[in-house]
Amino acid sequence: MTAVTKAGIPVGDGFSPARVWAMMLRYLYLLQSSWPRTLELLYWPAIQMILWGFMSRFLMTNSSYVARAGGVLLAAVMLWDVMFRGQLGVSVSFLEEMWSRNLGHLFATPLRPYEWVIALIFMSFVRVGIGVVPAALLAIPLYHYSIFSLGLPLIAFFALLMFMGWAIGLAICGLILRNGLGAESIAWFAVFIIAPVSAIYYPVSILPVWLQYVAWFLPSSHVFEGMRAVMFKGEFPLDHFFAAAGLDIVYLAAGGMVFLIFMRQARHRGALMQMGE
Amino acid sequence: MPQPVVTVRNLTKRFGDVVAVDALDFALPRGVTAALLGGNGAGKTTTLSMLPGLLLPSEGAIEIFGENMLTHRHRVLPRLNFSSPYVDLPHRLTVRQNLTVYGRLYRIPELKDRIAELARDLQIADFLDRQTGKLSSGMKTRVALAKALLNRPELLLLDEPTASLDPDTGDWVRSYLEDYRRRGDATILLASHNMGEVERLCSDVMMMKRGRIVDRGSPQELIARYGRATLEQVFLDIARGPDLFAREAAQ
Repeated sequence: MTAVTKAGIPVGDGFSPARVWAMMLRYLYLLQSSWPRTLELLYWPAIQMILWGFMSRFLMTNSSYVARAGGVLLAAVMLWDVMFRGQLGVSVSFLEEMWSRNLGHLFATPLRPYEWVIALIFMSFVRVGIGVVPAALLAIPLYHYSIFSLGLPLIAFFALLMFMGWAIGLAICGLILRNGLGAESIAWFAVFIIAPVSAIYYPVSILPVWLQYVAWFLPSSHVFEGMRAVMFKGEFPLDHFFAAAGLDIVYLAAGGMVFLIFMRQARHRGALMQMGE
Repeated sequence: MPQPVVTVRNLTKRFGDVVAVDALDFALPRGVTAALLGGNGAGKTTTLSMLPGLLLPSEGAIEIFGENMLTHRHRVLPRLNFSSPYVDLPHRLTVRQNLTVYGRLYRIPELKDRIAELARDLQIADFLDRQTGKLSSGMKTRVALAKALLNRPELLLLDEPTASLDPDTGDWVRSYLEDYRRRGDATILLASHNMGEVERLCSDVMMMKRGRIVDRGSPQELIARYGRATLEQVFLDIARGPDLFAREAAQ
């Protein structure tokens, strides 16, 4: 039987889904109360999709590569956005606590860091849904292309890129905890460092040989190679899938570790009490 | 003898070469209001932040309700609460939303009723649905107090609970805290440099200087010991003069 305080509050060391939900509720209230935040979620994926949609339409008549599989660029844009928004979903929810100088209150409650991480991940899922799904739906009437035509592989690509986004997002949160809000801009640009080697719009074979080695250590490169295989050859390459999944596990473990280590360091330095706008 | 609510042994916090808190030892029994009193940089906030585990000590041990806070803080946190002017509640959330989020973090049963009860007691019902960031300082202090009392804490840690409040609101908050301690047999530890507040609320005052407790007693005992008329004069004696340790060492 669970012990309770005099006020009837459960006392224990264990994981609490109720606390995860409490943290999600905090971010949902924020989205509900701030239309610019919600608009920002919708804005960039839609603009990207419109821009690259027209580019695809032009290239389809001028490039045999794109003409072979209409929508390859649109699919790439949308999947890249899944990863970027997945990372931002974690990092921005985390930054909300720093902007509001709320960390000291939060960690005087029974909330555990890993419960917060789970809430950040769920919120990332919600934020990606708000941003990317409307853009994907908009592409159907505008360009007669549905990313959902990828079928079941789409679920795999989506999950693999989200995992990578979360891993990067958690590592960024750790770095911001370590370096303060001065490092906030890392959240907005860090993921673009890997964009050129992720083979989003072109195959890995285009890269110089030494960069190809780097690319194969990124789950995203395997996903985009897999996406092209599905679109050009109609086959789902299991080798890329398993490589991406294995790398994702490593990246997610590393990202989570970086976050938890810097979280503990923040408690040593008193950063939970000091960080703010 | 009943177990102390808080036991601190050799508590030390260093930031690089700076010793912010230097080998503190103290214990607090149930049902008292105690104060850490000292000037800026005396180590009050650092000490208060270490108790719930927001800041990890460099050395020493903290036991609250008999549990080691370095290893089992999550068993204790549901029974205590903390408020400080150095941290804030999210400004864009309404007061009700903030209290709901924190209430859920504490897993408070019948949370709506508890929020309604606190809203009535702390006179915040009129602005429950306003954004927290748009409230006046006095209103925000009452909301922070409501957050701090949500879980009916048996130990309440308050850093400068009436800082930046007008005398009327400050007096109201002090009355509320006195009443809360009496009704709930709670222990309150506050950090302050408001002498009037400490004299009125506290039966146990720990005078801090340069990270150490240099003297301790009830306000009346301290006033008598230093041969002064007010606690403020005692404070100035300690702040400006050599501390008791130095005097003892010299003797």
